[in-house]
Amino acid sequence: MDHAETATRHEPARRRFMQFLLGGGLLASAASFLYPIVRYLVPPAAVDLGGDSVVAAKVGDLKPNSGKIFRFGSRPGLLVLTGDGEYHAMSAVCTHLNCTVQYRADVREVWCACHNGFYDLNGRNVAGPPPRPLESYDVHIKGDEIFVSRRRRA
Amino acid sequence: MGNTPEATPQTSVPRNRVVRWLDERFGWEQLVAPLRHKTVPVHKLSYWYFLGGMTLFLFMIQVLTGILLLLYYRPSANEAFESVQYIMTQVKFGWLVRSIHSWSANLMIFTAFAHMFSVLFLRAYTKPRELTWVTGMVLLFLALGFGFSGYLLPWNTLAFFATKVGTEITGQVPVIGKPLLIFLRGGEEVTGATLTRFFGFHVALLPGITTMLIALHVLLIQRLGMSVPPGLEAAWKELPPNKRETPFFPNFFAHELMAWYVALGVLGALAALYPWELGTKADPFAVAPAGIKPEWYFMFMFQTLKLIPAKVGPIDGELVGILGFGLVGLIWVLLPFLGGDRHSRRQVFIRGLGVFALAYMFSMTIYGYMAAK
Repeated sequence: MDHAETATRHEPARRRFMQFLLGGGLLASAASFLYPIVRYLVPPAAVDLGGDSVVAAKVGDLKPNSGKIFRFGSRPGLLVLTGDGEYHAMSAVCTHLNCTVQYRADVREVWCACHNGFYDLNGRNVAGPPPRPLESYDVHIKGDEIFVSRRRRA
Repeated sequence: MGNTPEATPQTSVPRNRVVRWLDERFGWEQLVAPLRHKTVPVHKLSYWYFLGGMTLFLFMIQVLTGILLLLYYRPSANEAFESVQYIMTQVKFGWLVRSIHSWSANLMIFTAFAHMFSVLFLRAYTKPRELTWVTGMVLLFLALGFGFSGYLLPWNTLAFFATKVGTEITGQVPVIGKPLLIFLRGGEEVTGATLTRFFGFHVALLPGITTMLIALHVLLIQRLGMSVPPGLEAAWKELPPNKRETPFFPNFFAHELMAWYVALGVLGALAALYPWELGTKADPFAVAPAGIKPEWYFMFMFQTLKLIPAKVGPIDGELVGILGFGLVGLIWVLLPFLGGDRHSRRQVFIRGLGVFALAYMFSMTIYGYMAAK
C-alpha cells in the first residue's frame, strides 16, 4: 500500500521525464533524418575550369566597332573592338537581373536588351536600371591571340 | 441520445480554432467522423494488419527519395550512368538517398507480397472485399512495373541486359507481343529511347496510376472495415462480449508509427552497411556478362523459363511459360470471384493453392540463385 502511494505521488514527475526522453529522442531522430536531406539539396560547387585568363578571340576575328561574346569560366564575357582599334573586355552579365549584354554599334555603347540598360565601354552603368558597373577585364595581345584576364585586386 | 443537441455532429463545436474555421466552411467534423469511429479488431493475428500500412510507408519513402534523386538524375543514355555516379560520389549523402531508394523498393515488393499472402490465408479477400483485392493485385503488378522500369535507369550493364531479356519476353506474347515490345523499347532495340520511356513510366505514369489506386484501395478498406479471420468472427458472433477492438486513431495508428519508425531505422542501417552498387556503364555492343540474373522478385519466373524445354509439343517452350504465368496472374486477380464466400469449401482448395504458390516461388528463387552461382 505504502509502496503504491509513493508511486502515485511520483507519477507526474516520472511522466514528465518519460515525455522528455520520448520527445527528445523523436526530435533527435527527426534532425538526423532532415540533416542529410538538407545537405543533399545543396548542389556540390561546380569546378570553375575557366581560370583567370582565357583566349577570347584571335586578332582579326572582330571588325572595328563590333563586339563578341566569349566564355569566361562558366559565365559569358564581352569583347569589344572600337572604331579606333582599341580592345575592351568586361563581364557580359548585366548587374540588374543577370541577362547577357551586347555591344550596340549604332550608339557605341553596351546595351542590355532585357530592360534597356546601358553601360559605357569601361563597363560603367550610364542609363537604365543597372545598379552597378560591369566588371571590366584586362586585355593582352600575344601573337595573334587576344587574352582576357581578371583584374588583380590591388 | 439523438435528442441531446451535443451529440449531433452539426452542433458539436471543435475546440481548436483552425479546425473550427474548417468546420464552419465544409463540415470538417462530419468529414473526419468515420476516422474517429474506425476500429481495428484485436486478436493474436492482428500483427498481419501492419503489412499493408508498411507497404504504404515504404511507398511514401520511395516518393520522397525519388523526388530527391530527380534533382540530379539525367535520363539519357549519354548522361544517366554519369549522373548516378555523380549522385553517389559528389552529392552530399547522395549515396544514402539512392541506397535507401533501392533498399526501400526491394522491401516494398517484399511487404506487398507478404501482405497479399496474409490477406489470402486470413480469407480477408472474400465477399464483400473483392474490389479491395483486385485493386491490391493491380497495385502489386504496378510495384513490379516500378521495379522493372527503375532498374534500367542507372544505365548499367546488368540493367541493360535485364531490360533486353524482360522486354524480349513481352515480345513472345502472341499477337500483341511485338507491338508491345516496340512500344516498351521505343524501337526494335534497347537504346537511349528505351531509357527515356522507362524514365517517363517510372516517374510519371506509374506514380500517377498508383497514387489513385492506393486512394481507392484505402477508401475501400475504410468503407468496409478490417476483416476478422473467419474462425474468430464466428466465435465473436456467438459470444459478443469476447469481441475486442481498439480505436484506429490514436491507438492503432501509434503502433503503426512505431513500426514505421523501426522500418526507417532498418532502411538507414541497410543503406549505410550495404550501399547499392552501380556496376559498369551499359555498352550495347559488349557481351552479356556471365551469371546474369534478374532482381530477386522476378527470379522464380526467370528460373521457370530456363527449365522449360525449347519445345513443348508443337509450341515454343518460352510461350508456354509466359502464357502459364499470365494465366496464373489472371486467376490470382479473380480469386475472390472463383472461391465463393469465406465459408465455402473451395476456400480449402484456395488455401492449398496459396501454400503451393508460396512454396513454388520460394524454392524456385533459391534454385535460381544456386544455379546462377
